Amino acid sequence: MKKLKLKQLKGWLYLLPALLFLGFFMVYPLADVLVYSAEEGYNFASQSFFGYGLYNFKYVLRDPFFLQALKNTFIIVIITVPISTGLALLISLKLHSIKPLKEAFQTIYFLPYVTNTLAVGLVFMILFKKTAYSDGLINLLIKAFGGSAVDFIDGPYWAKLFVMCFYTIWVVMPFKILILTSALAGVNEDYYKAARIDGTRKFRIFYKITLPMISPMIFYLIITGFIGAFKAYSDEVAIFGTNLNAAGMNTIVGYVYDMLYGNSGGYPSYASAASLILFAIVFTITVINLLISKGNARA
Amino acid sequence: MEEKIKKKPYVKKALSNAGTYIFLSVWAIIVLFPFYWMLLTSIKSYSSYNLEYVPKFYATNPTFQNYLDAFTSVNLARYFLNTFVFTVVTTAIMLIITVLSAFAFAWLNFKGKNVTFALFLALMMIPTELVVITNYVTITNWGMRNTYAGLILPSVASVFYIYLLKENFEQVPKEIYKAAKVDGTSDFKFLLKVLIPMCKPTIVTILILKVIECWNSYVWPRLVTDNSEYFLVSNGIQEIRENGFGRENIPAMMAAVVVISVPLIVLFLAFHKKIMEGVSRGGTKG
Amino acid sequence: MKVVLKNLTKKFPSRDKKSKAEVTAVDNFDFEIPSGMLIGLLGPSGCGKSTTLNMISGLEAPTSGRIFFGDEDVTDVAPENRGIGLVFQNYALYPHLTVHDNIIFPLQNLRGKDKLSKEEMDKRALEVAKLVQIEDYMERKPSELSGGQQQRVAIARALIKTPLVLLLDEPLSNLDARLRLQTREEIKRIQQKTGVTTIFVTHDQEEAMSISDLIVVMKDGKLQQIGKPQSVYDEPANFFVAKFLGTPAINTFEGEVKDGFLYIGKDKVLKADRLSDRKVFVGIRPEGFVIDEKGPFKCELKAVEVMGRDTSVVSTHEGMLSSSIRSIIASEDRPDANLKEISFSLKPSKVHLFDKETEERLLF
Repeated sequence: MKKLKLKQLKGWLYLLPALLFLGFFMVYPLADVLVYSAEEGYNFASQSFFGYGLYNFKYVLRDPFFLQALKNTFIIVIITVPISTGLALLISLKLHSIKPLKEAFQTIYFLPYVTNTLAVGLVFMILFKKTAYSDGLINLLIKAFGGSAVDFIDGPYWAKLFVMCFYTIWVVMPFKILILTSALAGVNEDYYKAARIDGTRKFRIFYKITLPMISPMIFYLIITGFIGAFKAYSDEVAIFGTNLNAAGMNTIVGYVYDMLYGNSGGYPSYASAASLILFAIVFTITVINLLISKGNARA
Repeated sequence: MEEKIKKKPYVKKALSNAGTYIFLSVWAIIVLFPFYWMLLTSIKSYSSYNLEYVPKFYATNPTFQNYLDAFTSVNLARYFLNTFVFTVVTTAIMLIITVLSAFAFAWLNFKGKNVTFALFLALMMIPTELVVITNYVTITNWGMRNTYAGLILPSVASVFYIYLLKENFEQVPKEIYKAAKVDGTSDFKFLLKVLIPMCKPTIVTILILKVIECWNSYVWPRLVTDNSEYFLVSNGIQEIRENGFGRENIPAMMAAVVVISVPLIVLFLAFHKKIMEGVSRGGTKG
Repeated sequence: MKVVLKNLTKKFPSRDKKSKAEVTAVDNFDFEIPSGMLIGLLGPSGCGKSTTLNMISGLEAPTSGRIFFGDEDVTDVAPENRGIGLVFQNYALYPHLTVHDNIIFPLQNLRGKDKLSKEEMDKRALEVAKLVQIEDYMERKPSELSGGQQQRVAIARALIKTPLVLLLDEPLSNLDARLRLQTREEIKRIQQKTGVTTIFVTHDQEEAMSISDLIVVMKDGKLQQIGKPQSVYDEPANFFVAKFLGTPAINTFEGEVKDGFLYIGKDKVLKADRLSDRKVFVGIRPEGFVIDEKGPFKCELKAVEVMGRDTSVVSTHEGMLSSSIRSIIASEDRPDANLKEISFSLKPSKVHLFDKETEERLLF
């Protein structure tokens, strides 16, 4: 009997470190963030507040910086997710169709995954930036093709958006290409052989065989792509610097963090409200995605 | 039958093949060009860089002065050391926690195990953005801002890696456990001498993923450090951008970028097969 | 449609990247498959039989040599234009399509004036489905079918374009033993009903023997023998074919021809006056032994295994190449298991001699 109890204890003992850390840094904060978001007029220094209510949410939703961040985030999501997924699919298909140099290409394509995005963002910045000394490489290219130079870093909104989306796509492509090439490699060659014997045309092979076979992975990439893009932040810092509000390039996550910075300890209540709004958006979109993918699987 | 038989259009195939390679090369150039540019810029001297209205694709007078500047005029060495300590300690603690929990879930029987595991899985869906606020407050209240502990503690427990390793532990045949029990092996010894060696590939995968994650982490370090003595490389590079070298010393900045990027790229080139395999098995970024 | 292979050769670059050497998977094949027959391509794994099948289908191009369907040279014809049907070892059914959609998949590829109406496709699909007896499962997905049913769907899909030649790659190896017996009868029935020239690849000699009109035995990319199953069994061209065919396997010995007689060890077992004196390999089929007290072949008795109709006698002899000799005799002749020694006389038609160098069969 005693032995049995010891055995029970042992299991929990092995789990103890994980339980402690997860409890402190995941479970408790989860409850706490709800409390914060409801505490009105919370003051970090005195740790006092007036009462409970929805004021924090109202404040955030009226804050022009938040609305700007919301708009930027949605644009990033809508532009980068389809383009990066489509492009990754195209590249993976081409990659799958060759033999020589395949591994070399795969290795090169994966390189951005292991680089520090904050650091490489600076390279993008100098490539796109227009300064007093030089228009920057990209602008010189544009001029060579008869366009006029634009400051992509401090210039018009659309130009900044372009760099931001371009860099985001550059950063997320390695993962998508990797997942799709391994999904393609996982399709049994016999299906293609059978299709060839039947004289199936290339495009029909693609949408009747390849696409259905790898569709679970595509949906996985779309869902993780949405989630990732909604949480965009450090790629923007990499290009535009830490003061994203000034650049007009802030994102929802950036707004959350900005609310926490500052010598006074920031405004955790507003941050909490904003992060809950983000969570609600991501959650809704993920559920919609899952419903669509389920409907597709049934059809 | 006759009209159906056509010779294979070899020429058309060769053309489409060439098209494929050109397309793939274009993307390879887009991927590689920033790396080339940062290397190139980092060996141009400050004056020659600023003189080039049209940037040259080669360096006329290559210099390593920028690298010296990167280590002397800003605190790059310190950022490096911090990141190194942060990465090693975080990864080590994470690994111990992960192995112990995965073992408990996979091989030990105790009441409430399944419920606990389900709760763990539920935690996987919680985005860090939700919990980071309270963690920030907690760390601040504990007086751990600008300390290694403050940097490390919140990032040592990862539900995802526990899940990954547990799945792998479970693939080890039950007979092996029974054989070990018959031989009088203790659970802990079984874990150390049998399970860990057998599941080494997964453990290495987890290690690599965590190292990449640590080396590139930016958001949490930025929250809990405002003293540059405790900056990691990601924060350091932002600091350099805004206050280092004087705003326009781009070559020196690029030298710093190269130095920051090199360790992971070397790691990648050495283990690219393992890393790519590991990431495709269970990596997510962002 | 008869199929003719002329000097067909396939070489692959060696797996070992450093060596420039090539591996010859198929070496100078030359044979003719008569129209309307069921042919078994038989050999141990790695003998080149699948490569041969792939070349006939057009999925792989030969290094040299030609392939003819009838009088037509199809060597450079793309697979889809050869008029073949191919059934894969794992069936390669599209998991996301129903049985019906899998079967009509090849028809949907037709374009231009060959294009069929939906009704025509459905009609044809039902015809082949009836032929292979899966018409009741048309709306199921492959995952909802048993292995045998999946196999039939794969055959139906291969047959729907009424191919000139039907190719089956290890058609039975993914089925369990009972289903295998049933399915091989089924394949025979379908082949006879359609009359399509059918070539199937297998490593299982019993399977090949039981349903083929002709078997083609291969080893290391080289053709060993072609013939009717019974004649290949009765008159193996060489030592390998003799060893490869038959269950239980043939018993093998080292022997010697001296003064017109065959000796195994000290035993003078058979007359062999057509051969000059030489060393030989000897193969004796299990059914070639007759218990005979005065028989010349004296063995040490090890075990007597009763298997119902037959009895299997296990013994040893100094000249044997394997670890024991297995002979099959009728149960009523069962020897006393306590005996130490047993003597056999041999049926000359079940004894084969092979040259020690070339391993070719010698007539004696």
